[in-house]
Parts: sequence; C-alpha cells; structure tokens
Amino acid sequence: MSEPVSALKGASFDGLAHVEECGLQGMITLRGALSARAVQKAATVASGASLPDANRANMAGEGGLCWMSPDELLILCPYPRAAETVETMRKTLGKTHALAVNVSDARAMFRVSGGAAREVLAKLCPVDLSPAAFGPGQFRRTRMAQIAAAIWMEDDESFGIVCFRSVAEYAFNLLKAAAQPGSAVGVFAARPGAISGD
Amino acid sequence: MSTRIAAHGRLIDRAKSVGFTFNGKPMRGYAGDTLASALLAGDQMVMGRSYKYHRPRGAVASGAEEPNALMGLGEGAKFEPNQRATTTELFEGLTARSQNHWPGLEFDVGAVNGRLSRFLPAGFYYKMFIHPRAFWKHVYEPVIRQAAGLGRVPGGRDADTYEHFHCFTDVLVIGGGVAGLQAARSAAASGASVLVLEQSAHWGGRAPVDGGTVDGAGADDFVRETVAELEAMPNVTLRNRCMGAGVYDHGYALGYERLTDHAPRAGGPRHRLWRIRARRIVTATGAIERPLAFAGNDVPGVMLASAMRDYLVNWAVAPGRRVIVATNNDDAYRTAITLKTSGIDVLRILDARSSGGGALMQEARALGIRIDCGRAIGRVSGGKRVRSVAVCAQEGTGGALEEVECDAVAMSGGWSPVVHLWSHCGGKLIWDEARAHFRPDPERPPRGADGEGFVIPAGAANGELALNGILGDADEAGKTAARGAGFKPARSKAPRGETVEEAPLQPVWLMPRHADAHLRAKAWLDYQNDVKVSDVRLAAQEGYHSVEHTKRYTTLGMATDQGKLSNINGLATLADAIGSEIPQVGTTTFRPPYTPISMGAIAGEARGAIFQPVRRTPMHGWHEANGADWEPVGQWRRPYTYLRDGESQHDAVMREVRNTRQAVGLLDASTLGKLLVKGPDAGRFLDMLYTNMMSTLKPGKCRYGLMCSENGFLIDDGVVARIDEHTFLCHTTTGGAERIHAHMEEWLQTEWWDWQVHVANLTEQFAQVAVVGPDARKLLERLGGMDLSAGAMAFMEWRDGRIAEFDARVYRISFSGELSFEVAVPASQGLAFWEALMDAGREFGVMPYGTEALHVMRAEKGFIMIGDETDGTVIPQDLGLGWAISKKKEDYLGKRAQARPHMTDPTRWKLVGLETVDGAVLPDGAYALAEGVNANGQRNVQGRVTSTYMSPTLGRGIAMGLVLNGPDRMGEVLEFPGTDGKTYQARIVDQVFYDKDGEKQNV
Amino acid sequence: MLILHCPNCGVDADETELAPGGQAHLKRFGPGSSDEDFHDYLFARENPRGVHFERWRHAHGCGKWFHAARDTATLEVFATYSAQTTEPPQAVLDAIAARRPGWTWRHES
Repeated sequence: MSEPVSALKGASFDGLAHVEECGLQGMITLRGALSARAVQKAATVASGASLPDANRANMAGEGGLCWMSPDELLILCPYPRAAETVETMRKTLGKTHALAVNVSDARAMFRVSGGAAREVLAKLCPVDLSPAAFGPGQFRRTRMAQIAAAIWMEDDESFGIVCFRSVAEYAFNLLKAAAQPGSAVGVFAARPGAISGD
Repeated sequence: MSTRIAAHGRLIDRAKSVGFTFNGKPMRGYAGDTLASALLAGDQMVMGRSYKYHRPRGAVASGAEEPNALMGLGEGAKFEPNQRATTTELFEGLTARSQNHWPGLEFDVGAVNGRLSRFLPAGFYYKMFIHPRAFWKHVYEPVIRQAAGLGRVPGGRDADTYEHFHCFTDVLVIGGGVAGLQAARSAAASGASVLVLEQSAHWGGRAPVDGGTVDGAGADDFVRETVAELEAMPNVTLRNRCMGAGVYDHGYALGYERLTDHAPRAGGPRHRLWRIRARRIVTATGAIERPLAFAGNDVPGVMLASAMRDYLVNWAVAPGRRVIVATNNDDAYRTAITLKTSGIDVLRILDARSSGGGALMQEARALGIRIDCGRAIGRVSGGKRVRSVAVCAQEGTGGALEEVECDAVAMSGGWSPVVHLWSHCGGKLIWDEARAHFRPDPERPPRGADGEGFVIPAGAANGELALNGILGDADEAGKTAARGAGFKPARSKAPRGETVEEAPLQPVWLMPRHADAHLRAKAWLDYQNDVKVSDVRLAAQEGYHSVEHTKRYTTLGMATDQGKLSNINGLATLADAIGSEIPQVGTTTFRPPYTPISMGAIAGEARGAIFQPVRRTPMHGWHEANGADWEPVGQWRRPYTYLRDGESQHDAVMREVRNTRQAVGLLDASTLGKLLVKGPDAGRFLDMLYTNMMSTLKPGKCRYGLMCSENGFLIDDGVVARIDEHTFLCHTTTGGAERIHAHMEEWLQTEWWDWQVHVANLTEQFAQVAVVGPDARKLLERLGGMDLSAGAMAFMEWRDGRIAEFDARVYRISFSGELSFEVAVPASQGLAFWEALMDAGREFGVMPYGTEALHVMRAEKGFIMIGDETDGTVIPQDLGLGWAISKKKEDYLGKRAQARPHMTDPTRWKLVGLETVDGAVLPDGAYALAEGVNANGQRNVQGRVTSTYMSPTLGRGIAMGLVLNGPDRMGEVLEFPGTDGKTYQARIVDQVFYDKDGEKQNV
Repeated sequence: MLILHCPNCGVDADETELAPGGQAHLKRFGPGSSDEDFHDYLFARENPRGVHFERWRHAHGCGKWFHAARDTATLEVFATYSAQTTEPPQAVLDAIAARRPGWTWRHES
C-alpha cells in the first residue's frame, strides 16, 4: 500500500511565528443552493459543524464548514474519510442540483501561530487583520502575495491557510519570509483594543 | 569655516562619537547627526557636483528637499546611489562618496561644462543632436549616455531584504510635526483608529527650532507630551522614519519605512512598504522655504535660512562664522537672531522690503545686527565656498553698492506649503496672494468612493504658517477626518500657540528685480537639474508658454526634486517672462513618490525563490532528480526533456521519441486542466462552449473538443469525458485550466445564470500519467488490476478501477498516435504511482519523455497545438477541423463570428503539412514567399510555418504551416527564407506524416 | 487602486483581489443577427467621462461576478450590484440620479 503524502510532508519553520504545513487534510467542495435543505443536511452531517454565515467558518472537532461563496461550502474532515464522506453526501443530496467532490489532494493547508501571526499574514494579504476587524470564526478568501488563498483564525493567535497544492512550496517560502526574525511590525500588539469604524 | 559650536545641539549626543568616511577620508560626528550635519561640522562644505555644469555644491537645505547633497552610500552589495546626506542618519562605519565628478570632488574635468554654460542653454540637447540623423545612434547617444546620469548604478546583488505590510485605518495622518500630532490627537479622541507617519527620526517638525509656546509651555514640551499621550492610546499607531510616499485612489496610500538604514547591522528587512487603506488622510506635511534667485545662489555656503537655523539648533553646527542674511520676510530674522546669540557674526540682514519687517526686526536690531532695507544680493562670489557678497538695491539692475566679505549666506524667499500628497490623487490648488504661495483649494479635494474629499490638509501644508493658526487648523482637520470616517469628534479646544507677530512678506522672484542677463545666467532656480532664470526666460522666448512644456524643455522640477525647491520660483519666472500671472501659469503635476523610494521596497518579498510562484506537480522532485531540463508552461515547470550524462538536448528528445514509438514512454500530464461540469444543463452548456456536440456523448466515452471565443477564434482544446448523465470532465491545455475555468464561470454567472450547472476545478486533485507506446498495455498489466484489454476499453473510452494498489481513472486517448492510456490517480499518490510505473516498466525499457518529444510525436500525427497552430487569429476552419464543428447546433460561442465575411474568406491561409525537399528542418515562424512586393516594398508572402521539428521516426524535418489555398496545392514547392541567410524549399503535403490510418493507437 | 464592495460576499475588496470585465449590460447577439448588431456587440464600447457601468469579478475572493456603477472621472462609486441582471436596477439608477442630477440611463430621455 502506498501511503498518500501531502505536498511538503509537514515542513515547519520558527521565526516571528510558527509556520507549518499541516499534512493531509480532508476537503470537500460542495456547490449548490445553500438554502436547499438537502445541501444543508449534506454539509452539516459531513462536517459535524453547523452551517456558517457568509465569510465565516464553523469548526467542530475534526470537522469544519467554511463559507466559500454564495453557492459554495468547503467541508473539512479527516483525510482518510473524505472519499466515503463524499459518497454519503451524494446520497443525501439525491436529485438536488448540487456538486460534491473530493478536493483533498488539490490543496495544501498551513498553520501560522504565535503572537505575530496576524502580522505575518498582513504582510501578504490585502485584508484588515486587526483584532477589531478579523477574529476567530471569520473566514476570508483572498490573495496571498501572488496566489489565491483562504484564511481563517482557529484562535486569537493562529491562522489556518488553504492554497492549491502545486504552489505549496511557494506559499511556505512566502510565510517563512514574512516570519523572518527581526521583521516584527508591532502594530497589532501595540493596539489590542483598537476600535473599528464599521 | 563651518564648525561645531558649544551652544545648542538638541538632537546630538556629544558623549557618543561616531566614525565614518567621506570619499575615503575618516571623519567623526556625534550620535544624532545627519551625514550632512556631520560633514558641515567637519568643514566639508562641498558635497557634490551639479548634474549639468559640474559646479561644486554644498547642502542648501536640511531635510527631504535637499537637491545637492546626494551621495553614494555603502559598498558592494549594500551600495546605493543618490541618497540625501540631509536625511541620512549617521552611524558608526558609514561610508559615503560624492557623485557626478571625475576624477575627484575637488578637481573635476566636467566642470568645463560650467565655463561653456552659455553654449549649453535650455533645450541644448534637442537642438544640437537632431542632425545629422545617423549621428544620434552611433555618436551622440553613446557619448551622452557616458556623461549623463546621476550617481552610479549598484553593481552587485542587493544583500538586503524588503517587505510589504497591509494596514487599514480610519484616519491616516502624514507628518509628525505639531500639526500632525494635534490632528492625530483630535481625530483619535473620537475613537477612530489613527496611523501617524513621520519621515524623520524625530517628532515635532520645525516648531522646536522655530520657537514659540503652546499653552504657555515650550514647543518641545508640547511635542513630548502629545507623543506620550498618543502612544498611550490603543487606537493610535505612531511610526517615525516612515514617509508618506504617495496618495492614490479610494484612500490608498503608501508609507515608506526605513528600518535599518540608520542601523545596518540590526538584521531584518531594510525597508517596509506600508500599503495603507484609510477612510480619511490628513496631510500635515508642513512647508518648504523657497530660495531667492540671485547670481551665485548655488555657491557652497549659500543656504536656506531655515536650514541654517536647523543646523545650529538641532546639531550645533555653524555653516559659517561671518554670515549675511537675505530675505523678503520676517522668518529669516529668526535665523539671524539664533546666529547672533550663538556667537556668530551676522554682517548684514538684506531685507528686500523697503520698509523692512516687524517685531523680529526690532529684536534683531536690538542685538546690534545691521539691517539694510530695500537691499538685495547682487551676486555671491566664491568657488568652493562663499567669499563675498555684492550688495545692491532690490529695485535695480544689480549695480553693486558695496562688496562684503563673508563665508556663508542665509536666504529666505518665503514659504510654500508641501502640497504634493494633496495633489497626487487630483487635489487642486489656489494661489494665495498675501502669502505668495499655492495652497490646497478646499473646494476641489481628491474624492473617494463616496464622492467626498478624502484628503484634509492641516497646518503649514494648508497655508497656515503661524503656530496658533497651525494648531487650530490641525485640530479642526483631525475632527473633520474623524467625522468623514464615521466618528463623532470629541468636544475639545485646540491648544493656544503664541509666537511673535510677523509683518507681511513681499514676493521676490528675482534679486535684484531687474537683474541683467549676465546675473540671470548665474541665478539658479533648480539646483538639481542646473536650471537657471535665463533658461526659463529662453524657453518662454522660444514659445514654451505652458508650464508643463517649459518643465520638459528645461528639466525644471524634474527627477527627484519634483518641484520641492524650484516650483514656485520657476513658474513665477515663467509668468514674468510671458507677461502672465502666476495663477494663470499654474503648477506642474506633482507625482508620487514624494521622495524616491527603493526598488527593493516596491518589490517587497518578491525576489529570489519567491519572485513568482512556480507550480509543481507531485512528481516535480523526481523529474528534478532525473535530469529534467525545464520548460516554463504558464507558472508550471515541465520537463522539456530528460538529459542523460553527456547527452545534448536534441539527442535526448530524439531518444525519447524513438523509445516511446518502439517501446513505452511516460509523460507527466498532471498539468492538464481538469474541469468537472455538473448539472441538468451541463450537456446544453458544453454544447455552447465547444464547437462540436457534447450532449450526445455517452457515459464512459471521450470526445476531442474545440473551444472558441465569441470572436470565433480557437482558444483551447482537449478531451471531454462523460462521467454520468449530468457530469462531464473537461480536459484543457496546461496553460488553459484557470482561464477556461474562469471562462465557464463567466458565461454561467453573467449570461446563462438560470442554467443549472456547477463547475469545479479538479486540475490539482489528480496526478496524471500518460503511458504511451506499443508496450503501454503490457506495462500496466504488469502492475495488475483493472482490465485494459481492447475489448474492455476501446479507443476514446474511460474506466474507473484500480491499478496495483492505486485508485485510478484511465482514459484511453492518444496525442501521439501510439497505444496510449492516460491514468489519473490522487495527487498525494502521484509520485508513488510514477515510481511504480518506472519499476514495472524496466523490463520493457520504459523512459520518461518531456514536452518536446510530446510535440514531435503530435506533429508527426498532424495534431494541432494551441499556441503553435493558433495565435488568437486562427479559427478551427483554418486548421481543417471542420469535422469537429457541429453543423446541427443552432448556436455555440464563436459560431456567429465564424460567419462574418472575413472569416469565410476563401483566401484565409489553411493548415497543411510541409516537407523540406532536402530533409532539413524548416526554421520556426518562417514565411513562404510570393511574387512581388507590397506597398512598403516588402516581399509578398503566402504562408508561414507554425510547427517544425526533426522527426526521428521519419528521419527528416517535418512541419506544419498555414498556406494560401494550401489544401488545394498538394505537391507544390514553396520557398521559405530563414534568418540564417539560407532559403529553404518545402513541399506542401498532407499534415499527417505518421500512421495515417491510425492503426497503432487502435490495438 | 480602487476598493469595491462585492455584493456577493459582502467584502470590501482591494483592487488587487478583483479582475475587470469591461462594460456591463451588453446584449448578446448570436447566429442570425445582423452584421451591424453583431459588430456592435463584439466591438462597440462606451467610453464616457462620468457615469459608467462595469463588470468586475471578485477573482481572488468569492469568485463571483458583479456590476459596478461608477464615475470614471472622480472614481465615485454609486453602487455595486448583482451581475444577474440585464440592466441597472431602479435603486441604482436612483442613487446615480441623486448624485448626478439630469443624468439618464443610456441617454434615454
């Protein structure tokens, strides 16, 4: 039996923040009308998480449910269970017009953690990552330097990041550069209680 | 003598001596010095040579506006040219070199240009070098290139790192002087988030030097207290050494933070580019003093009065011992008073105003300083430093009344608000007659997404020059910014500033007013570009009446100066010369950045390994370790061929083709796009996207399809597999996956949004391997698993199953003409699958092959390649692909366009095969000659080569090309001239060179 | 560097997350259409100094298309709205009229 391997086999780096490739992660793309009962049921049962609002992610144990767009969810589940989960979802979806497909191998997942995690990401993404504007539970698809990425906060000091598998090495090198020692910005740390104008 | 004095020095620490070198000479300064203040303290008055005339120049200013003291800093991989000595903080071990001279700063051969200056007037280069035409390329340009340019280009690779930082704030305050600090305070009191940027290392700007009190305390105290207050606020971020470089659309602004320029051994990035989004931007950028235009105003030792005051108060440096002050306003009296009270002789104050000034004049007079009203500088004498000044009447032509020996001159022509950042994004200016300067027009600000002005000028940048006015204006600006950002400003009063009342200034654009031509030719307007009053007058005389034209003709205000010192004097001179008014002449355009920023900061992290993303397949590392000679395809790297020891690229390709045709080869096809299209309307949708019929395809089958744009042109091709009733998998070209995915989404979202179709891009979910050649089936059967016999899976069918322990989807398709299976496995097992194939294939002589072998084999079979046979102007009909265009469908993307007269023109060039008469390889892209010449005298053509290769299978060169009436001209021989001087003869043949009946792929 | 509100996901997106798609509200002409209609559909584009309707895709974001009504001279954004419409909704036209009195959609009277 050949063991499946992730793009960077769990590579990690310590600088301003801890950067690590998370290894294999089960991921399922679900496209359909998010208001449809069958779509909701397929998503929540597969992930064990409740349906997230727009731009949010709900995590539950090993599973998670991320809002990708008005007609798309990303289901997180243990890697070995992805294929069977897709089959279960297809049964749940029945004749409902929807698309559920295993994309675990098409992606790479990273975790950036530590007090400077926000700053590391803010060097690369055109997103307001101040504590007032972005916190645990929020989910954002954006640009990380020159590649597409989705980011979310697992807790107040750590980000999950998903990008395409083919650019995993670029993403890892980017994160390492942004977390290089001596490059702290000190903005978010200096203003923990910043007030947003929203 | 320029020396350090005992008094003053608020920014230096005399306990910390700092060593540095200038042109190799060891020198010492103090911690807190700038390079300019340390050089002046060491009596190094000459700091560079001017750009055009190579005149000796010293520092004329003390900050970002400095035009002369530009230097090369650092060495080797840390070298950087054109750095301002006035904004360079001194550190131990700093190395500086002056620029623009040869062989040395003290003796410069190029200074001969100065003596020839009357032969080098405005527009000299345009006039001189236009004839004879041929001389430009061979004589003039090489010589001018050798002589031109400011500073030296760094030779080595930059050793530093750089980065970007995205920052969002309600209010951005640019400038950390008293105006910026007060604006930040009043904005922050509303609860808005505030980011304050200050370009220098110090807060407070000019106020601590200029004096005055705030709420009864000294300006220094006010600055210290306000900074402390702001630092304690959680919603405020303060950054010094960070310049507001530019203001752009919708509240976007760039901050340029210099992290280690002052401490190069600190580690970490050197510069950080802040990419800021602000709801409102307060520009508290202060004002810049104007020079006076008199003859010899560029002699080292002539300095802005405010700069001389800065050197005294901030760094305890006296640029001279016997100083003359020339002014048209009261502010310069502050410099005279500071000089005098520091023990420096002030020989004269030459006040161009016939009635002189106000209270400050009284104070100066009380100190015993001689004040001559209605007087001016006729000319300054001296070479490498001021020797004497000829004093004359301001209302005269320059006849000297007396000659006064001195060693420095302080000049003040009044103050101009720094309006650059206001103007970058379209803010307009109005002329303030009383203060003789342009200031922001509050009615015409740069506007944001909400249609409201998003830039708010504050303090001196808004034309308020007195301390109390500055504080009041800044307080209001902060509140306006907070309100604009959606906050309710707190009720508070602005602090009260007190300074001496000043008498009005009198505009002086030329000193003396009627200076003769001789004096005008030595009165500099733009030091950096060597533009004088005489140049602007000449330009006006020659018809350059628009300020933008004059700028380009004379180079006034160009390059790094961006009009900081030269702008107002220049356009006032132009207005005078054309008999117009200053507001009518207007200003030139201020462009970002405010002062130059490093290329490294712009690039940020994007260099070296992360210059751009490189996409890697799961087998990338294997290819790398096995001789892959890479070819970039989009952002992917694909092996062009696999080189063995001592093998040439060509030989490797030939070997790979032969081995694949005779035994079995493996191709990493993972990069091919794989788009899953699903839904009740999927078939109907694909019928619109492809030229052929896809809805009739049966599950389990594959069909080759063509995609066109609405323009009718072929944009992509690939094999479509029908998975089930509602699901198709569409293969695209390697470069096409993202583009075609976006194309599908665009039509689904913006035209057929009621169709029930979903698309998912599965390109990277699978590693795909093409197993190709007569032994392909044997190899796969050796691994064991699913039935791949011809009976179980016919040509153009696909099946799911297992091969060895791998979940696999196998497509029996061929792009080479051989028996071929494309096998998709999960990407996470791609490498293991590839290695299993290599292992099992050893007995069959398996070899990997690269993209070039793929190309050769497809060309032998006459298959087209997107990007070779197509170039964005080719339609499928041109390529003999009519069989893949459905006649039954009413519509598909491109169908209507393909009916346009130009597209149905029978004279469109059509695809044929080409075979050289002597077996040589045709040059790629070569054109086939036709009789006669066209209107441009060029030879007429009748076709061109689109693909050309050496075919190891046929042992000769083969090619495809588009030829006029090609398919009707089989057997005709055409002539193709190459760029090598030879003409190649090639016969038009059928484009399928190999296995015309397709027997080999069908076994 | 524009910032546009994506009506699909609600994010205020930096221009570097967006991909431009040219003029909005073109009517597609296919087989059977006149040469003139088809020519205009393919090639004729408005280039106004002032109010303009554009297509944008939140490419590095939710991936969805939307429309923006914007002033090409001042960069004022009147509204962003759904791409699933053949002409600007009344609310968008009203928003523009409020800021640009006298302006009318496609120069209708």
